[in-house]
Amino acid sequence: MTDGIATTDQLAPASDARYSPIDTPASKASSATADLAAEVVIEPKSGWIAVDFRELWNFHELLWFLVWRDVKVRYKQTVLGVAWAVLVPVLSVTIFTVIFGNFAGLKETLPPQLVASYPVYVYAGLLPWLFFSNAISLGGQSLVNQRQLLTKIYFPRLFVPTATVTGGLVDMALSFGVFLVLMAIYGVRPAPMISLLPLLVVLAWAASLGIAYTLSALTVTYRDFRFVIPFMVQAWQFLSPVVYPTNIVPERYQYLYALNPLVGIIEGFRCAIFGMPMPWGLIGVSALSTAVLFVYGLFYFRKTERRFADIA
Amino acid sequence: MNPPIITVDNLGKAYRLGHQEEPYPNFREALVGLAKAPLRRFQQLSGRSSEGLFWALDDVSFEINRGEVVGLIGRNGAGKSTLLKILSRITMPTTGRAVLRGRVASLLEVGTGFHPELSGRENIYLNGSILGMRKAEIDRKFDEIVAFAEVEQFLDTPVKRYSSGMYVRLAFAVAAHLEPEILIVDEVLAVGDAQFQKKCLGKMQEVSSGDGRTVLFVSHNMAAVTELCQRALLFRDGQTVSAGPTAKVVDQYLQNGNTDVAHLYEPEVDPDRDASLISASIQDSCGESVPIVRFGEPWSVVTSWNVRRPSPLASASLRVFDLSGRLILVSNTIGLPKTFFESAGVFDVKCSFPVNVLRPGQYFLTIGLWVRGRGAIDEHERCISFHVSDVPHDPEYVYTAVGDPAAVSPTDWTLVESKTPALTGEC
Repeated sequence: MTDGIATTDQLAPASDARYSPIDTPASKASSATADLAAEVVIEPKSGWIAVDFRELWNFHELLWFLVWRDVKVRYKQTVLGVAWAVLVPVLSVTIFTVIFGNFAGLKETLPPQLVASYPVYVYAGLLPWLFFSNAISLGGQSLVNQRQLLTKIYFPRLFVPTATVTGGLVDMALSFGVFLVLMAIYGVRPAPMISLLPLLVVLAWAASLGIAYTLSALTVTYRDFRFVIPFMVQAWQFLSPVVYPTNIVPERYQYLYALNPLVGIIEGFRCAIFGMPMPWGLIGVSALSTAVLFVYGLFYFRKTERRFADIA
Repeated sequence: MNPPIITVDNLGKAYRLGHQEEPYPNFREALVGLAKAPLRRFQQLSGRSSEGLFWALDDVSFEINRGEVVGLIGRNGAGKSTLLKILSRITMPTTGRAVLRGRVASLLEVGTGFHPELSGRENIYLNGSILGMRKAEIDRKFDEIVAFAEVEQFLDTPVKRYSSGMYVRLAFAVAAHLEPEILIVDEVLAVGDAQFQKKCLGKMQEVSSGDGRTVLFVSHNMAAVTELCQRALLFRDGQTVSAGPTAKVVDQYLQNGNTDVAHLYEPEVDPDRDASLISASIQDSCGESVPIVRFGEPWSVVTSWNVRRPSPLASASLRVFDLSGRLILVSNTIGLPKTFFESAGVFDVKCSFPVNVLRPGQYFLTIGLWVRGRGAIDEHERCISFHVSDVPHDPEYVYTAVGDPAAVSPTDWTLVESKTPALTGEC
């Protein structure tokens, strides 16, 4: 018998006496763990699995660390750094304004006060769109990109796409700053309705999460799905009023059209910024479909989650 | 009696060998699969689905009490890592059940979640948080972690500029400061230099013996397992084949494990030879037969010979080879005043090494009996395998800390002559 083992042998019974299932030793370790589940049961599960909100809460600090990492890393090794969050929407606005404003004849369908500040109008639509398209393409790849983590450590997997999508909000906030400058240049005065924007941002966030959950789970299961995502994003852009106003869609199809969450969100953004009457009907339908997408995404993710480590 | 901190009942994990759950299934195949779904369901009902299953872990049950340090040993693919992955909740079992009664932290890889672009400071927070530490907890231990990793000057340097040693040190330092009730550790000590490995082993020992924490430890380093664990489980083909005191289980593993040699050797005696080996073993300083010799301590090789015809000219020889087959050490009885084979009979011969000069690692022993000019009377190549423990008996014993030499030896340093005053360049 070696010395090291003898020591631990002597200590083992002593520590047994100190422990009991109810009270844990009064060390720092136990104070940190006291609020975590004391007993974990591991067994095979099948079918749909409920979301463990308690566990999500226990790990909530990790979510912020992951968001922080994503944001930090995204701008770390780029020449222009954070400027990208500003440049991308500015360039897009320029392109859209030139092409659609001058050639496509879309301006005729707009009220005159919007034509005068067309770039602001375009930017208002681009803000939620760029957030959404980035969120679903990066969120959809997030699990595959983080497979190193999935196979080596346990934490709520939902945090991977959630962190990626949430990190996009930082970009959106930055480009919103540029937006305010643009509004000032074109003399668009913010209406009181602009205070509704956070609500629409939450809606955009929820819609992006729902889709990112579904896409990331699909991509980790079927690797060729990542080739599908860019096409999806492109098609989605044409189905959303990003470069054209909602009213080019016939009146009777408007609510059907609003099943695309982006319709209510983008239209809501524009109305809130220009102080036009809020399209509550469209927003309501979009909110409903967002809820469905979110819940479906959440549960589809949970259902497939248990296989991630085996196939990642 | 308290319930065990870990209870594992009939735990099993199967992987499908067929193409249905291949690592990279593709969407097209899934569509085809969807079309075939009704058929598959029918096959499952008729029991055909169990074909093509590979059980990485098969019906494993055991219990672990609070404060125990248990080693999991076995060849690659024996199911150890699968078990750890299930207990860490990374993957779900196919059958059975496990109950963990306490906070679990698992360390299956050093530096999980480290991001090369982020600085050392940032990675400590990120990695700590991924391993399950609270921010407040990391704040509190931050200085301790930095000191343990010895990276003070490089805290704000991106870790991609770290040397691999620094990287591993930082990563392990974070993990070593976890305070779980159950710590699950996979073969993570295989990386890093010898000195740091010792530091980590020391830290782990502190974790288990100091606070009564439970540790599950997977390693191929038998010396480390023996040093750290009171109990061991031996895995083979997804099942536990043996459980009990570490020395016994390690012994069993070494006997029919990956080396196929043990520290005890008892060959069939060849009756026609003039003299032949009956048995051989490695003994520690107390005369116990052991598979592991502690670095720095005395040890001996005891051989037993059956001498049919006196061979006064014969000399016994021992040759020690390392894992890569290099001859490290030779000792024989040539030129010694005493001879051992002057009369017929059975003799025990002991060769003592007053201090172990072998650096930690695994070694093989070749034993032979030679007559000068006539060749071998009896020879047994690599018939014994033994390990030299990684952890020195005396923590101040730092020979392996000075560049990992092939061998070390106690030396005597004395002042021979002192010259005053000091020599200068003027003369």
